[in-house]
Amino acid sequence: MSFSNDILTLMLFLAACAGLVGFMLAFSAILGPKKQSAIKDEPFECGIANVTPYSGNFSVKFYLIALLFLLFDIEIAFLFPWATIFKSLGLFGFIEMFVFLAVVVSGLVYAWKKGALEWD
Amino acid sequence: MKELFFELSQSWQLEPLEMTGAIALWLVVVSAIVLSFVATFAGVTSWVERRVAGRMMSRIGPNRVGPQGFLQWMADGLKCFLKEDVIPNEVDKPLFRFAPYLVFTGTFAAFAALPFGYGIVAADLNIGIFYVTAITALVVIGILMAGWSSNNKWSLLGGVRSAAQIVSYEIPSGLAILSVVVLAGTLNLQAIIAGQGGFPWDWYIFNNPFTLMAFFIFFASILAEGNRTPFDLPEAESELVAGYLTEYSGMRFVFFFFGEWANLWVMSALITTLFLGGWQIPGVADLAGVVAGVQGAAKTLWILLSVVVFFAKTLVLVFVVIWIRWTLPRLRVDQLMVMCWKYFVPFGFLCMMGSALFVLIAQSPLGETVHLVVRLALTGLGGLVLLLFVRRTILNVRELQDPFYFKVLE
Repeated sequence: MSFSNDILTLMLFLAACAGLVGFMLAFSAILGPKKQSAIKDEPFECGIANVTPYSGNFSVKFYLIALLFLLFDIEIAFLFPWATIFKSLGLFGFIEMFVFLAVVVSGLVYAWKKGALEWD
Repeated sequence: MKELFFELSQSWQLEPLEMTGAIALWLVVVSAIVLSFVATFAGVTSWVERRVAGRMMSRIGPNRVGPQGFLQWMADGLKCFLKEDVIPNEVDKPLFRFAPYLVFTGTFAAFAALPFGYGIVAADLNIGIFYVTAITALVVIGILMAGWSSNNKWSLLGGVRSAAQIVSYEIPSGLAILSVVVLAGTLNLQAIIAGQGGFPWDWYIFNNPFTLMAFFIFFASILAEGNRTPFDLPEAESELVAGYLTEYSGMRFVFFFFGEWANLWVMSALITTLFLGGWQIPGVADLAGVVAGVQGAAKTLWILLSVVVFFAKTLVLVFVVIWIRWTLPRLRVDQLMVMCWKYFVPFGFLCMMGSALFVLIAQSPLGETVHLVVRLALTGLGGLVLLLFVRRTILNVRELQDPFYFKVLE
């Protein structure tokens, strides 16, 4: 009796979500009109012909944000087990986490001083 | 849900093979119920939001299809089925077609672990809150995919802005969740609710000053993660057309908005669960004990009451989120990032450690009394703020003397 397997429910749920999207898209593909034209299939640029070619470039600041996110999000993933059993760890767990966070926050301060958080 | 299934299956006396089939059927039924609930909620909310927005802008809003325009969302849905699905020549077609799947699944899959009432949950995961934060991250990938694959300047800018915003605000929201997890000692959403009580001073929001702060950080971060105003920069229509949605049309376009409105429920239900006592009924100290003690109709009624309490709290929050959207102006992108990294992240760390400190205080001798005083004081403060707000509103309305504002339906 392995009904306690909630993962099965999750898998089925994910499949049902994706299936619903697929079904509705197929339904609309059958019902909707399909009239192609050269102008309609151009990339949108405020209703005029494209003035400058698309380059795919964007600001380097987004990379910085992504890097910072990676660092801090991993820290937070590490914090979850600690938070779950904190009550039984007591003062020892508190001090240990304080030391750990001091290191993490000094990283944030470093990024701040280096200007990684400025946006102009 | 599981208990209900067990009771039913025992009365049927099935063979092991039939049992497997019954389980599979049960899972399908549960998924179908939850999915149709979410789809209906998203649809109805789209109508509610438009009506509320209309009122806030001193206009009427959609009121033609059905009574008070209630069937507007169905008409819109049906119309979108009949629309052409335009896929421009320049786009990266596989990615462009795949992006709506991720956005839709990322939001809807969260409902599998969200509680709706006492014991009413599709999958009662022991890592519930972790699962919800993880699975909703799929939306970022979908949005980035949509922005990148469109091969359009507006889409790309909207996509990367949105991704930067969502991932940045994931950190403060994670820290705010952690300050509750420290108190609850579990990641299971039902158990987090069970750790609270029916009255406001038993809720985690008023547990200590740090969770009160965490509540506001969480609320703002989750608004930003859902791309809701005042954080809807990715869709800033005056500068980016429609952001990552620019090239989408027909049904594919609808899925992004399906996700957005379903996300309203996700954020409100999460706030209710983590901070506002979830399904805890005021005056009932131990709902699990009460439910275990009664049988038949009384049991169903108790569970139903818990569902009503949960829905009431969540729907009030949904309204607040809509209200904020139509009240506040949009932030600028640099303000948004500064607010996240220079204010929310440091204060998020502070909240978590402060919350942990309060656990230690409560564990110490005399801690119980100190904790009770703090909780009552914070609840009193919250009540006072609410009272002042209501008083101000009444005074403002009286000053206005415009009968238009009192007719909610027209």
